[in-house]
Amino acid sequence: DHQGGHSSSTTSNPSLPKKTQQEEEDGAAQQTEQKPQRSEPAAASFPPTFSVSEIKNKQRRHLMFMKLKQEKRKQKMQLRKKRKKEREALGDKAPPKEVPKTIENQRVYDETTVDPDDEEVAFDEGTDEFSAYFNGLTNPKVLITTSDRPRGRTVKFCEQLATVIPNAHVYYRRGLALKRIIPQCVARDFTYLMVINEDRKVPNGLVLCHLPEGPTAHFKVSSVRLRKEMKRRGKDPTEHSPEVILNNFSTRLGHSIGRLLAALFPQNPHFVGRQVATFHNQRDFIFFRFHRYIFKNEKKVGIQELGPRFTLKLRSLQKGTFDSKFGEYEWVLKRHEMDSCRRKFQL
Amino acid sequence: MQHDEVIWDIIGNKQFCSFKVKTKSQNFCRNEYNITGLCNRSSCPLANSQYATIREEKGQCFLYMKVIERAAFPARMWEKVKLSKNYEKALEQIDENLIYWPRFIRHKCKQRFTKITQYLIRMRKLVLKRQRKLVPLSRKVEQREKRKEEKALIAAQLDNAIEKELLERLKQGTYGDIYNFPIHAFDKALQQQDEDSESESEEEDEEEDEDVGKREFVAEEEVDESDLSDFEDMNKLRTSSDEEEEEEESSEEEEEMETKGSRSKGKSPANGAMVRKKRAYVEIEYEQDTEPASKSRSTS
Repeated sequence: DHQGGHSSSTTSNPSLPKKTQQEEEDGAAQQTEQKPQRSEPAAASFPPTFSVSEIKNKQRRHLMFMKLKQEKRKQKMQLRKKRKKEREALGDKAPPKEVPKTIENQRVYDETTVDPDDEEVAFDEGTDEFSAYFNGLTNPKVLITTSDRPRGRTVKFCEQLATVIPNAHVYYRRGLALKRIIPQCVARDFTYLMVINEDRKVPNGLVLCHLPEGPTAHFKVSSVRLRKEMKRRGKDPTEHSPEVILNNFSTRLGHSIGRLLAALFPQNPHFVGRQVATFHNQRDFIFFRFHRYIFKNEKKVGIQELGPRFTLKLRSLQKGTFDSKFGEYEWVLKRHEMDSCRRKFQL
Repeated sequence: MQHDEVIWDIIGNKQFCSFKVKTKSQNFCRNEYNITGLCNRSSCPLANSQYATIREEKGQCFLYMKVIERAAFPARMWEKVKLSKNYEKALEQIDENLIYWPRFIRHKCKQRFTKITQYLIRMRKLVLKRQRKLVPLSRKVEQREKRKEEKALIAAQLDNAIEKELLERLKQGTYGDIYNFPIHAFDKALQQQDEDSESESEEEDEEEDEDVGKREFVAEEEVDESDLSDFEDMNKLRTSSDEEEEEEESSEEEEEMETKGSRSKGKSPANGAMVRKKRAYVEIEYEQDTEPASKSRSTS
């Protein structure tokens, strides 16, 4: 009963809205759904076509809106069930399920994406600065330091990094200029210089400089978790060299950064130690994790996180050792150009 | 006639002096020509008709002198003498210029000159050292990046990716002979299983891709336990804080087998690792679990 339905919902309201609802009934032949006025479809439990927003009482309006939402959800579920039944009924002849769109699916194609069997790239990589490592000629030796006057968190982070990276040494900065440190490092056979920049008692930047005339990469560091903050972590990492996993470095730039990061670790990992360091690139963020793994059987592996975790975002890549003023930049993050498109990534 | 006393009486104590800055303990004088910076009878440039100061401009120090003869000509009141860059020579210059002047002013001039040269030296040193460059952060941008990072982390599914990669490496044989999993034998067994029941194996494969991460509490499978018990390192793994991971993974695997599900739900977390290995005891414990229930029923 129309009137009865209306009166039950609008008992505490003045008569004016009732009139407008009736007008709406008459007028609303179609059931268009616009944001301010939601006219309901003729469902069993509802009187047809009255707008929820017309109810003046807030509580009642809220109740009505909730009911409306439930109705819609029910209908959606019914539709889904119907579709699923149809699909099962058709069996093999059913059209294939649509793949949902993800950002990775919709990524703008980058011209510098590396083909796996590209000869030019292979040749370049065979002769660049890192080829010495990947051929096993030199071993990495890393010097970790910070910006001036590091706070406790940064110091702990440095120490933990030094346990993760084999053959790494931590030195205090004490206000020395980087340009003066670099020749000394070269003299002492260091291959990498890692400077962790600190801001407001938290590490927030990383300068990774490959020493004998190598490229310098500047990263932004975020979400640093020290070892004691990790849940369900294992014991401290041992001295064995870990394996390295590099995921999703697809473009030329990504490749060079990947090689830069991989050359931090020695080339012959100790499988006995069962430790693995992962650099996973997702949407231009490089996630670093350090795990210990164990193979339970052929198809199952268990991993347990040890060690610190952090994420890096590349800000600039410069040829030559660290020289912010006169260095030649190979790649710089330009926010207005590169961050404008949500589907375009650089690494 | 210059009446210093009257001037000081007025501005020093009673009435207002626009250069005076009062704090709780001290009075300061903001006049540029003041030699000490404090508001005193002897340091006030307005209340002293014979006065001298040192001021520096762009790294150059000058000696300014004021005498009572020029008090009527404000434009020419201050005499400016450029001091030499050499510290000792400059001191001699000061002495020479202020030769018959009161001791206080001479002393204070030299002190001020010393301070000025010291800070000029420090400025020159600091320019050569590393200077901290402050880069402004835009809050919007930082928040945006933080949000993007969170979403990227979720999309990355790191654990799955790492596990997949490790299994790939195992298959390709990068580990050599360390792990002697009978690869071929397993494949054959899998093929046989395929012949028997296709759907089950398909479910297995699908589940490994999709359901890793979901938690289902199901009964345990025979196959797994025999494999697990052979593996020595499992003991070490269990004693470390790895029990939760194990429970999840073993329970995922057994989804396709029949469920003694409801009973094992309460059992597995409570009894811990040791029970799982010995299958016989499991059945006994089922009986034990139901016994107290029956007992309670009988008594009530």
